[in-house]
Amino acid sequence: MADEGDVGVVGNTTVAVEEPLDLIRLSLDERLYVKMRNERELRGRLHAYDQHLNMVLGEVEETVTSVEVDDETFEEVYKTTRRTIPMLFVRGDGVILVAPPMRGAPP
Amino acid sequence: MDINRCKKIYGEIKVSYLYLKQKFFQLFYSFFKSLIGKDVVVELKNDLSICGTLHSVDQYLNIKLTDINVTDAEKYPHMLSVKNCFVRGSVVRYVQLPADEVDTQLLQDAARREAHSQRQ
Repeated sequence: MADEGDVGVVGNTTVAVEEPLDLIRLSLDERLYVKMRNERELRGRLHAYDQHLNMVLGEVEETVTSVEVDDETFEEVYKTTRRTIPMLFVRGDGVILVAPPMRGAPP
Repeated sequence: MDINRCKKIYGEIKVSYLYLKQKFFQLFYSFFKSLIGKDVVVELKNDLSICGTLHSVDQYLNIKLTDINVTDAEKYPHMLSVKNCFVRGSVVRYVQLPADEVDTQLLQDAARREAHSQRQ
């Protein structure tokens, strides 16, 4: 949990990290993992964001996960669809969470 | 230095001025205004993808597109006779942008400023 004592460095200045949005500011121009509604995930470089979590991401890879139930065996089959987009604006109301890319995931 | 290069530089200066001078927290409004006239692909929450030229945008990020066609397989409602459309901002999921029209450095600086001024 970020409290008044935490400090981050932005450019040449040291700024106190007060709220969660400040943590995102530290990730500007870094690769990011974004989980969205409808079983979608994005991995891209954060170029801009605002308080609604509208974002502009560059070099983005979108992963859509879908589940199909086999008619005979009734087992659940998870399928993922991927596509890459060079520059993408993402509307904030679809965003669930924002995080640094996970260990073991492609950069 | 030819006239087109001059125009481009003037355009960039105007855009930086727009980003810096905003009094209201409208980073993406200004961002989209700078993309007016460019071709974009708007993907809606109902999975419809519309390719068109960005004609105008407002503070709610409602979008007007001209000369549209439906990309991504016309299995979704084909709007064959529709040339222009207005899209409510709240139904947009993504807007795919031309990467070379976006100045990422400018955007990042504006985002830092925006976040900082939002906090206060």
